Amino acid sequence: MQTFQSTDHSATSGSGDVRQFISFTIGTEEYGVDIMAIREIKGWTATTELPNTPDYMRGVINLRGAIIPIFDLRARFSEGLTETTARHVIIVVAVRQKVLGILVDAVADIITVSTADIQPVPDIEQKADAALLAGLVTVDGRMVALLDLDRLFDGDTHLDLTGHAA
Amino acid sequence: MSEDQGYDLTRFKATYFEECAELLATAEETIARLQDGSGTEEDLHAVFRCVHSIKGGAGAFAFDDLVHFAHIFETAMDALRSGRAELTSHVADLLVRGNDVLGDFVRAAQEGVVLPPDHGNDVLNQLGAIINGEAPAEAPKAAVAPLSAAPAEPPTAPAFRTFRIRLVPAPSMLRTGNDPLLMIRELEALGQLAIEPERSRLPQLTEMDPQDSYLSWTFTLETERDRAAIDEVFEFVAGDLAEITIEEVGAVAPADPETARSADAVEGDGWGLFEPLPAAGQPPAAQTATAQAGAAQTTRPAAAPAAGGMVHTASIRVDLDKIDRLVNMVGELVITQAMLGQQTTGFSVESHPELIQGLQELSHHTRELQESVMAIRAQPVKALFSKAPRLVRDLSSKLGKQARLVMSGENTEVDKTVIEQLSDPMTHLIRNSLDHGIETPEERIAMGKTPEGTIHLGAEHRSGRIIIEIADDGRGIDRRRVLEKAIEKGLVDRGQALTDEQIDMLIFAPGFSTAAEVSDVSGRGVGMDVVRKNIQDVGGRVVVHNSPGVGCRIILSLPLTLAVMDGMLVAVGQQRYVLPLTNIVESLRPTAQQARSLVNVGDVLTLRGEYIRLLPLHRIFGVGNAITDPTRGLVVVVETDGGDRIGLLVDELLGQQQVVIKSLDANFRPVEGISAATILGDGRVALILDVAALRHLGESLGKDSAAARIAAE
Repeated sequence: MQTFQSTDHSATSGSGDVRQFISFTIGTEEYGVDIMAIREIKGWTATTELPNTPDYMRGVINLRGAIIPIFDLRARFSEGLTETTARHVIIVVAVRQKVLGILVDAVADIITVSTADIQPVPDIEQKADAALLAGLVTVDGRMVALLDLDRLFDGDTHLDLTGHAA
Repeated sequence: MSEDQGYDLTRFKATYFEECAELLATAEETIARLQDGSGTEEDLHAVFRCVHSIKGGAGAFAFDDLVHFAHIFETAMDALRSGRAELTSHVADLLVRGNDVLGDFVRAAQEGVVLPPDHGNDVLNQLGAIINGEAPAEAPKAAVAPLSAAPAEPPTAPAFRTFRIRLVPAPSMLRTGNDPLLMIRELEALGQLAIEPERSRLPQLTEMDPQDSYLSWTFTLETERDRAAIDEVFEFVAGDLAEITIEEVGAVAPADPETARSADAVEGDGWGLFEPLPAAGQPPAAQTATAQAGAAQTTRPAAAPAAGGMVHTASIRVDLDKIDRLVNMVGELVITQAMLGQQTTGFSVESHPELIQGLQELSHHTRELQESVMAIRAQPVKALFSKAPRLVRDLSSKLGKQARLVMSGENTEVDKTVIEQLSDPMTHLIRNSLDHGIETPEERIAMGKTPEGTIHLGAEHRSGRIIIEIADDGRGIDRRRVLEKAIEKGLVDRGQALTDEQIDMLIFAPGFSTAAEVSDVSGRGVGMDVVRKNIQDVGGRVVVHNSPGVGCRIILSLPLTLAVMDGMLVAVGQQRYVLPLTNIVESLRPTAQQARSLVNVGDVLTLRGEYIRLLPLHRIFGVGNAITDPTRGLVVVVETDGGDRIGLLVDELLGQQQVVIKSLDANFRPVEGISAATILGDGRVALILDVAALRHLGESLGKDSAAARIAAE
C-alpha cells in the first residue's frame, strides 16, 4: 500500500505519515478502504451470478467492458446477504492487478488519519474475521475498521501469490 | 513510456532481435527453396540480404562473434550470387547449417552467453571454401585465410549466354496436361528470364475454346547453363505439341549480368526496413550505383536507392498490446451499438428519422471497423508453414524416408493467436504423417507408389473458418491395428461395433499410440490427444479422412479469430448463457418417452435409438425458477471432446448472435463450466458455457442425484 503525503491537517493531530480512507457503512458498522486503491464508486446494478461460488460472491458486472466480480461485504462478514436496492453502492477497487467491486450500504466519509493513530485489531474481534482487517481507527468518536483488501478476497481472486502486504 | 534521461540501448536491441528472428526465418525459408531446386537467383540475393542485415545490426551492438560469422556467411552468399561459386545441393545443405549456426550466434547474443570459440567452425571452414580465397577487399581481421579446407566447389567463371526461345504451343497442348506455366517456371530457374507473350492468335471470347492454347511466347533467357538444359524444359512438348525455336544470341559482357542482377549490394543497411528492390524495373540510378559498387559489396552502401526503397515500406511494427487494446475498444463499441439498437427498437422512422438513420450508419461503420481491426491481427499462415520444410527434411532423413512437401494457401490469413495455438499441433501432425503415414522407399515401391512420399499442407478460408489440411499419400491408418490397440488399452470394449470413422478418431483418444516402440519422433502416445485438445481449446475441430493404403488427410477447422465467437443465447430461469455454436448439434423438445430418469445413471434422452445423458443446466448451476421438466423445456444436444454428446436442458433458445469474448479470470478466477463471459446488447454479462467441463460437472451431479433419489425412496 502506498503512503500518502497530505496537506490536509484538519483531521489529525501529530506528525508522521498520513493516509486517507473512504469510509462506508454496512448496517451500523463503518469500514474504511485506502483511497489510493479506489477506482470509482457507483450505484448498484444487477449482477450476473456465477455458478458454484461462495454466496458473498454476488456475480459479475460489466464495467465499461471489463468483467469485474462483485463481493458482498456483509455476507463476507457472515451477516447474511445484502438485500440490494438502487441506493446500495459498489466501491470499485484495484487490488494488485485485479479490479473488483465491494457491495456496501452507503459511503460515509473521507477520513484522513495518521498512520500512528491506526491501532491493531484486538485478538478477540467478535464479529468479523480479524485477519481481514488492517487496523482500527477512531474518527470523531466513531470506530472505523480498515479493510485489508489484499486478504479480504484472497482465495477468490487468486491474489495469494506473493503473501500479504501490510 | 519512459520519460527518462539518455539512450536506452536495450530497446533497440529488442527490436534488433525481433528483426533477426524474422530475417532468420526468411533466410531459412528461402534456403529451403534453393535446396529443393525451386529457388531462383533472387533467392540467393534474399539470403544475402538477410545475413547482411543481421550483420549490420550486430556491428552496431558490437556482437563480435556474430559479426564474424555473419560476415563469412555473407561473403559466401556473395560468391554464390555473383556466380563465383556454384550452388550445388551440398552447398545448399551447408547454407541450412550456416543459417542454424547464425541463429545460434543471434541467440547467444540475445541471452548474453558466450559460445565456445570453435562453435560452427566446420561450417565456417566450408563457407570459406566457397569463398575460395576471393576475400573481398574489406575482409575483416577475422580473415578468411585460416579457412583453407579443400575447396569443395571450384569456382566457375560466370559464362553467361543469352538464348532467344520461341514457344508456340499446338492448340491441343493443354489437353495433354502440359502447362506452359510450368515450363516458364523451369526456364526462370535457369537464369534471368524476360517473357514476351504473343496474343495475335487469341480469338473472340465467343469463339474461344478454353481448352485450346492460343498464346505463344518469346523468351529471352540469360543463363550459365547450356542449350541442353533448355531443351530439357521442352522435352515433353517439342515436336507434336509445340513449335519450339531456340537460338543463341550471344554471350553477355561480364559486367552486365552483375548489373542486371539487381542492386543488391546497395540493399545494405536497411535494417530490414526496406523491402527488396524488384530485380526488374529499378531506376537506372540504382543500377549505376550497383555497377560502381561492383561485386564486392560495401558495408556502407550508397544512400541513393533508399528513397526508392521507402516506397515499399508499407508496414510498421506495432506492439501487440496496443492492438489488443484497440480490439477491446472495438468490442465495446459493438456492444454499445447493439445496446443503442435495442433501446431504440420502439422508435418509429417517422418520429425520429435522423436518429434511426444515424443508428443504421453507426451499425454499418461499427461492423466495418470491427472487421478492419480484426484484419490487423490477422497474419498469413505462412509463419506457421515456414517451419514445415525444415521439419520434413530433417525427419525424413532421420527416418530413412523420402518425402516431398507441397504447400498451398500459405497466404491465407488468420488471427495471430490462432496461429500461435496451431504451431504445436501442426508440428505434431506432420511428424505423425512422416513417422506413421509415409512408408519407406522400398515399401512404397513394393506397393507401386513412387519412392518419394508427398505431404500436402494446405490452408483455406471456408465459411468464416480457416481450414488447415495435412495430407499424406502414405499407408493411411490401419483400422484393424488401431482397434486392436484400443481394445488392448481398454479404450474400447471388445465386441463394440464402431464405424470406420469412429475407429479413425480413436487415434486422438488419450493414451493411444500405435507405434510398437517409442521413438523420439512420435509415438509417445501423448501427442494426438493433445493435438485435439489444443485445437478444441481455440474452438476448432479435427476431422480425419482415412483411405487405408492410399493416404490420410487430417483436417483442422478453426475460427478465424478468438476475440469474437458465434453463440446461441439460451435462457435458464433468470439467467442467460451463451453456447458456442460449434458445439451445438441440434435442439429439440423431448417427449415423455424420450426423456427418462434412470436410477444410478441420472437423466437420459433417447434420440434415434441413441442414449444421451441429459444434464439440466439449472441443476448444475443451481439456478432457481427454471423449467425442470424436459418435456416442457428444450434440450440442446451438444458435442464434447471425443465426440461425446450430451443434452443440456434449458428453458428456451433466445437466438443466435456474435459475442465478444471476455475473460473471467482477468479480474476473478476461472469458474468450472464457464469458459468466458460476454456482454450482451443490454450491457448485462452473459456467461459462455464450457461444454466439456459441463459434462464433467454433470457426471458428479448424476451420481449425487441418483444417490439422493435412492435415499429418498
